[in-house]
Amino acid sequence: MTYIGKSVKRVEDKRFLTGKGRYTDDIVLPGMTYACIIRSPYAHAKITGIDTSAAEGMEGVVAIFTGKDIAAAGVNGVPCGWQVNFKNGDTMKEPPHPLLVADVVKHVGDNVAMVIAESREIAKDAAEMVEIDYEELDAVANAAKAVKDGAPQVHPDAPGNLCFDWELGNPKEEVDAAMDAAHHITKLDFTNQRLIPNAIEPRSAIGHYESAGDKYTLYTTSQNPHLTRLLISAFVLGIPEHRVRVVAPDVGGGFGSKIFHYTEEALVVWASKQINRPIKWTAERSESFMTDAHGRDHVTTAEMGFDAEGNIVGLRVNTLANLGAYLSTFAPCVPTWLHGTLLQGLYTTPKINVDVTGVFTHTTPVDAYRGAGRPEATYLLERLLDTAALEMNMDPAELRLKNFIPPFDGVEQEGYATQVALQYDSGNYHRVLERALEMVGYDDFRKEQAEARANGKYLGIGFSTYIEACGIAPSAVVGALGARAGLYEVGQVRVQPTGKVSVYTGAHSHGQGHETTFAQVVADKFGIALDDVEIVHGDSESVAFGMGTYGSRSLAVGGSAIIKSIEKVLEKGAKIAAHKLEAAEGDLEFAEGKWTVKGTDKSIGFGDVALTAYVPHDYPEGLEPGMDFSSFYDPANFTYPFGAHIAIVEVDKDTGSVKLKRFIAVDDVGNVINPMIVDGQIHGGVAQGIGQALFEGAIYDENAQLINGSYMDYTMPRADDLPAFEIDRTVTPCPHNPLGVKGAGEAGAIGSTPAVVNAVMDALSPFGVKNLEMPLTPERVWRAMQ
Amino acid sequence: MNVKINLTINGKSYSDEVDSRTMLALYLRDELGLTGTHIGCDTSSCGTCTILVDGKAVKSCTMLAAQADGSNVTTIEGIAQNGNLHPIQEGFKEKHGLQCGFCTPGMVMLAADLLDRNPNPNEQEIRHALEGNYCRCTGYHNIVESIQYAAEKMNG
Repeated sequence: MTYIGKSVKRVEDKRFLTGKGRYTDDIVLPGMTYACIIRSPYAHAKITGIDTSAAEGMEGVVAIFTGKDIAAAGVNGVPCGWQVNFKNGDTMKEPPHPLLVADVVKHVGDNVAMVIAESREIAKDAAEMVEIDYEELDAVANAAKAVKDGAPQVHPDAPGNLCFDWELGNPKEEVDAAMDAAHHITKLDFTNQRLIPNAIEPRSAIGHYESAGDKYTLYTTSQNPHLTRLLISAFVLGIPEHRVRVVAPDVGGGFGSKIFHYTEEALVVWASKQINRPIKWTAERSESFMTDAHGRDHVTTAEMGFDAEGNIVGLRVNTLANLGAYLSTFAPCVPTWLHGTLLQGLYTTPKINVDVTGVFTHTTPVDAYRGAGRPEATYLLERLLDTAALEMNMDPAELRLKNFIPPFDGVEQEGYATQVALQYDSGNYHRVLERALEMVGYDDFRKEQAEARANGKYLGIGFSTYIEACGIAPSAVVGALGARAGLYEVGQVRVQPTGKVSVYTGAHSHGQGHETTFAQVVADKFGIALDDVEIVHGDSESVAFGMGTYGSRSLAVGGSAIIKSIEKVLEKGAKIAAHKLEAAEGDLEFAEGKWTVKGTDKSIGFGDVALTAYVPHDYPEGLEPGMDFSSFYDPANFTYPFGAHIAIVEVDKDTGSVKLKRFIAVDDVGNVINPMIVDGQIHGGVAQGIGQALFEGAIYDENAQLINGSYMDYTMPRADDLPAFEIDRTVTPCPHNPLGVKGAGEAGAIGSTPAVVNAVMDALSPFGVKNLEMPLTPERVWRAMQ
Repeated sequence: MNVKINLTINGKSYSDEVDSRTMLALYLRDELGLTGTHIGCDTSSCGTCTILVDGKAVKSCTMLAAQADGSNVTTIEGIAQNGNLHPIQEGFKEKHGLQCGFCTPGMVMLAADLLDRNPNPNEQEIRHALEGNYCRCTGYHNIVESIQYAAEKMNG
């Protein structure tokens, strides 16, 4: 292999490094106008009047639309793409999410009106001139408060603010019996706090209606352009799908927040037709804080039972999941199927029951954010493990090793069937933890810690061993679980007459480096140069279809679709080669870019075969000309990356500040195509997970006002908050996809958070502190030490 | 109110009339089409709009275009010389110091200022210098290595 497994430098870098990236807000179309969305300053209020007359009279104002206009036009709201039913079989509550609200706003930042003008500045000035009268109503931001009797109601048709309730695992009574028989039970009550994704590129959308062809184009900051097209055409605006083109050009980070179809996307498309001009909307950062789908926000009680030897005998979990004011595209799936199913962790826990209630509140909608459900599952398991070790006076690493599922490769040994509906593909969990322990120098650390404590310095070590379900996902399985979409991927391989190759993938790169990694695979499979391959993504007009990039699925699912098409090319190529070489197909072998008659020096190159396919003068009878194949790949199973993370911290006794001294991550993401890119994914994920542990968290006040909705107030990790990461990997190939890959995008964010929190708790153990809410700010830590 | 400005950007002279409230970042992006300078926050917090004004790193989202009158401005589009990547750009490519690329122009321009002031920074000095620039993709690990690579290369 020339490229696979090598740290090939990225082909996309040159344009980004020279300022030639093309992000949505960089695009300027002739005659373009600019939109400013007027947003609700209240979390819950009745709109009693809107006066647009002063704004309409301003020079440069093109149009103003309100909720009444949207309602009068019969435009639907944005739909939800996943259905989770109540335990009694009732359908979940799915209140409408209008593009512009006409009556009652339901969260701070809810869309009230759209002002369109000749420039950004005029649009903003005019928005200031629109007078809106509100009658403020009581609001609730916290899920635990929202389910109480008498709590303010978000939607009249969702009594008690309940969206659904849901249960998975062994019957409750079986788990209760296991817990009753346990020698020791560790119990934690905590909030997995709400995070704001904060991709550095704010969301942006350009709608462009062209009356000549009755054609709509949407440029948008999306991880998922084809799904956005489907939802806009079939559900929101009722435009024939073939008249809608959605382009997601260079996208400046997503982390989940750009998976979803947002109201602003449909608004600019709809309004562009009304004014017959292109419209650009770009969020300011404060709008990103208020309207990008948030992540996490679980209120959880979790209990783990152990026998006298420290074997886990049962796990019982109750979670209230805050869904926000409306259902974002995949919101119901995150706290249920992406959370409950991961509660087996890496352990042989024989009895597990998880109960989740989805709750509406007067807050920004919550959906998938890096890891999506899996970080929440991992957090509760790994916090329980370290807390139990402390309570039972056992070593936290030993406790894990004792309870790990034994190694299995998914080929010789079967996959592992969990108590919570999954079949793990392959794993060797002991190996990652043992490697991480070796890297950290565990025995030496404990000595250093003891000495430091004697000198009044508080060091702590924290562990986290995680598994995640990636490569989303087998369509029939997710369909049975409530998905309203298939989750296959599409890969088209077009060999050009000169032997150059264009690949069209439904995956979307917004930092992951697909243009490099996918090209490495294609170049190697065809034995051609990397430079002879181009990867095209993000445009519904060139890429036939796709389900986008999230859930660490791009290579495992999208790469597999490309492999299917590569195989079709090679199969056809062999027929052409056999004809040209006057040999039987079975006598040929393909290697290093040519077909050779085995045992001879007779051969024909990939480029010559491609040319023959397009100039089929001397050609196999009955064979179609051309060399262009498209494939859909629907995975057989999820993939299951896993790993072990260890954090070492020092807590300052006087200030409560936490210094992250070392971070060790050993991850197993299956086979690796580009180690440099995979390492980068791990680094970034780890940093975001550390952000949750130490710095980040949305804060709503009692009126459901987001009070830290700016970079001045919401803290994310900066360079000097973090150490250099120490990372390594093991390789346990995925047995069910052709590349043996599992996915690396979310691993870091899933493993790192509990490792850091466990480390702080270990440091604080002399103070008798067992549990603190994230983020572990100096104030919180200092108070706990007093 | 419009004001007249004369300035040099990436070696080229510009003479323009701008609305007095126009921020330098928007002037570069909307008026001149130099879209390599990005805007991530409007509050000087994220640093993605960082450019060099008279050789010093400046967050152009909170500097008025009018304030740049008479200045010599360098943006990401102007840092490469004769079609060759600047050693800092090269460092980011070699050490995988960028993923989505959105914060990258600001990081590169900030690094140019840092290495001008301190040609041989250690890891802590680099991390400290990066404090005003957010990256959400890389965890900064490879950005630090990219700048170290550039420093070594520039020190020859």
